[in-house]
Amino acid sequence: MVVMKMKFPFQKRVKLAQGLWLLSWCATVAGATTFTLGCVLKTELRRRAEVMDNADVHIVPNTLMIVGLASLGINYFASKICQDALDAGRFPRWKNFLKPYFAASCFFTVLMLLAVIMSYAMKGSLESSLKIGLRNGIRFYKDTDTPGRCFQKQNIDRLQMEFQCCGNNDFRDWFEVQWISNRYLDFSSKEVKDRIKSNVDGRYLLDGVPFSCCNPSSPRPCIQYQLTNNSAHYNYDYQTEELNIYLRGCREALVNYYMGLMNTIGAGVLSIFILQGSVLVSLRFLQTAMEAVAGKENTEIETEGYLLEKSVKDTVMEYLNPVLKFLLLTNQVEEGATTSGATPAAT
Amino acid sequence: MALLKMKFTQQRRVRLAQGLWLLSWLAVMCGAFIFCLGVYLKTELLRRAEVMDNTEIHVVPNILMMVGLASIGTNWVASRVCQDSLDASRFPRWKVLLLAWFAVAALLCCLLIAVVVLSYALQGRLEESLKVGLRNGIRFYKDTDVPGRCFQKETIDHLQMEFRCCGNNNFKDWFEVQWVSNRYLDFTSKDVKDRIRSNVDGRFLLDGVPFSCCNPASPRPCLQYHLTDSRAHYNYEYQSEELNLYSRGCRQALIDYYMDLMNSTGPGVLSVILIQMSVLLSLRYLQTAVEGAMALENPEGESEGYLLEKDVKQTFEDCKAKVLDMLKLAQVDAAAAEVSPGAADAEKTVDNTTEKAASPTPAS
Repeated sequence: MVVMKMKFPFQKRVKLAQGLWLLSWCATVAGATTFTLGCVLKTELRRRAEVMDNADVHIVPNTLMIVGLASLGINYFASKICQDALDAGRFPRWKNFLKPYFAASCFFTVLMLLAVIMSYAMKGSLESSLKIGLRNGIRFYKDTDTPGRCFQKQNIDRLQMEFQCCGNNDFRDWFEVQWISNRYLDFSSKEVKDRIKSNVDGRYLLDGVPFSCCNPSSPRPCIQYQLTNNSAHYNYDYQTEELNIYLRGCREALVNYYMGLMNTIGAGVLSIFILQGSVLVSLRFLQTAMEAVAGKENTEIETEGYLLEKSVKDTVMEYLNPVLKFLLLTNQVEEGATTSGATPAAT
Repeated sequence: MALLKMKFTQQRRVRLAQGLWLLSWLAVMCGAFIFCLGVYLKTELLRRAEVMDNTEIHVVPNILMMVGLASIGTNWVASRVCQDSLDASRFPRWKVLLLAWFAVAALLCCLLIAVVVLSYALQGRLEESLKVGLRNGIRFYKDTDVPGRCFQKETIDHLQMEFRCCGNNNFKDWFEVQWVSNRYLDFTSKDVKDRIRSNVDGRFLLDGVPFSCCNPASPRPCLQYHLTDSRAHYNYEYQSEELNLYSRGCRQALIDYYMDLMNSTGPGVLSVILIQMSVLLSLRYLQTAVEGAMALENPEGESEGYLLEKDVKQTFEDCKAKVLDMLKLAQVDAAAAEVSPGAADAEKTVDNTTEKAASPTPAS
């Protein structure tokens, strides 16, 4: 039972071949675009690699780059095939090539769709990666003299200024870590000694934030220290003050930024997926229509084109059977060996 | 004796026309590039318009935009002319227009050279403008409740953070103005009263800077207040502290930025000038060669192309004579009110004058 049979008179075949040639060149450009989008996303993720704990989310741009490169090859061959399609002398040489070609093309096209789905599915992984990365960044903010961590302060400062955010969830994360290095604390001062004694770990905690949390839109000069103490500053109320420092957490800011980027890229890749799919479908129709012409004297007869010779289930089984046989054969050999090994042992 | 005479066979004329057609489309692209360059420069200047006192520097991007648009039109006309040049019936209609075209093309080249010169010459004016603008910005930093000035604070903060600079000349400019609004000063406190009494104008001056002067590259959390007092902070030495705040002044930072921008566009503009000059010269050769060929008995024979019919000095003398003639005729016209003979003469001389006026400019 043939899937999606269509009649193709000679003129229609010619139009199909010409249209497909144009379409495959468009799809080549689209493939290059996919590769570029993958590179852009990878670069953006690498820029903030210091505040990410793992690189799981990098699978999205990696897949996009692979698919982009593969689709360049796929569409190049598609254009070559439909150039040769209307020439009865040159078309048969593609015969053996076409079956593996379609298998590979379908695989990469499905991979493209998977990349788009993954870009939505990876949100949770990205969020937990940022949570840990930012927590470490805030903890090691003061370690500007420790090799390997000396740039954490600069990174976090620039991140907070660029994304207009403060802390991990919000600015109170800064109250829970010591973000001032011991090198700049006067241990003979009473205030410092009080603060250090006030907690178990002996850390210098204060209700203040770094300057990079300051919001330039505030009408008053930035209040960084003694934030919870209303009487420390004139005309200041901790509960109602909104504009003084950034209220948004950096994790939320970064997740929104990357999700926005991936949504835009996902929309583009989805339309490229549709384009690529239509190239493959048209090529399949052209191939089956031209195969019916082969060997006939009059090449201008009307032929039928179809997508699949048998139904979907049968075709899938046809492709999978060699693979399964290979796997099952090895298993049978193993079972045979174990039974023959067991029987001598039994006897 | 013609200037820079060259022989042109039919083949060579055809090649010249084709080459010139391509070159003129390249010049159209260059015109579009110049226009975009002008727009970009204007946008960058407008972005920082709040810290500039006057808009004299805007003459550079304005000229670039005008020249870009004019050159798109001019070179498009050049491409039409050389499309028609090999067709003997269609070429004569361009005859009068070509004289004006040469004048316009020469003018565009001169304007582009003027732009390059201006971009260096106006540096002093830009510096003055920024000096006054930044001084006002720092003075009005605290006026976040005054309409018209309420965004000064945000503008100056963003500027200092983006360009990594502090104050006008350096961070000490902030010590001389009151940048904390009276709304946030507790006038019952002793410290505030002391500071206000310490100067004649009754301003709250302090040796501190806004947070936007802080340098993220500093290993220690930013010190904003009591900067001149080495004892106010642990392990702090005012004289030797370098990384705490940005050491560069915003005026210097902005000048460097704009000069870099204009210098980097310099080579592009110079190459566009070269392309435009070559279009102009090629079109002059094509015009004279095709006109020479049309005058021959066999239009497909060899003709001569030249830049000027006579040499430079003679052409200049001719031009001067014609202009003086025209002026004399005009005076006679006004005095005797004899319109008809004067008008006929004036028409002829106008034709010749524009032709002669157009021809010396490529050589000069």
